[in-house]
Amino acid sequence: MNNNSVLFEEDFKIKGWDFTNAGEASLKIKNYLKEVGIAENILKRVAITSYEAEMNIVLYAKEGTINFKVTPKKVLLEVKDRGPGIEDVELAMKEGYSTATEEIRNMGFGAGMGLPNIKKNADMFVIKSEPGKGTKLNIEVYLK
Amino acid sequence: MNLKQIIEKLNLKVIAAEDSVDVEVKGGYVSDLLSDVMANARNKSIWITLQMHQNIIAVASLKEIAGIIIVNGRKPDEETIKKAEEQKIPLLLSDLPAFEIAGMLYSMGISG
Repeated sequence: MNNNSVLFEEDFKIKGWDFTNAGEASLKIKNYLKEVGIAENILKRVAITSYEAEMNIVLYAKEGTINFKVTPKKVLLEVKDRGPGIEDVELAMKEGYSTATEEIRNMGFGAGMGLPNIKKNADMFVIKSEPGKGTKLNIEVYLK
Repeated sequence: MNLKQIIEKLNLKVIAAEDSVDVEVKGGYVSDLLSDVMANARNKSIWITLQMHQNIIAVASLKEIAGIIIVNGRKPDEETIKKAEEQKIPLLLSDLPAFEIAGMLYSMGISG
């Protein structure tokens, strides 16, 4: 089998400020990986990256999508949103830096850990953002 | 240690997922920041927090948390309770502050 062949793929639509469904996509991703027997340490890392990416859409964007793919070698997440974008990506990557409002902070978010957590747990992470338009993340976690 | 024993010893009030309390607790974590719990709590831990928003349930479910203790007599809203039932995450209430609860758990042999 080709190492790049897609074994599984699913698209999730995420709505901004929808706390009723927030986290559902990440739970589905995790449950799928668990069902097919992916190792615990990989599962944990994917769960952290997908949850942080999903919550960034819920907390900051109007809407977004998560494309989840599994190949024989890796788990891939492409996360795109229509939102305010990030003015200074380098600053946003710094642990502890956040633009979150008081309301967001009161719910336990906005600690400036989201993007750094994604970076720490991903084997490959690319972030592109266009202020006023949106943000795109490409995340890969290798299976071995 | 079994969650049932912890509930009894700490006199916790179970308000959701009462059928899911017969589980082994392997550690503990205290935090009110969800990203911190995502990053640092271990599986099968008991999570002590004052957060009551429904978001805590998705985090607990993703991290396979054994149960959530909400401290300081705070009472979560209906959505949180409903989600906890759906995801089978025991929601436990205490009037004590986080420090006291963590101390008691630690003395019972639960560590981070």
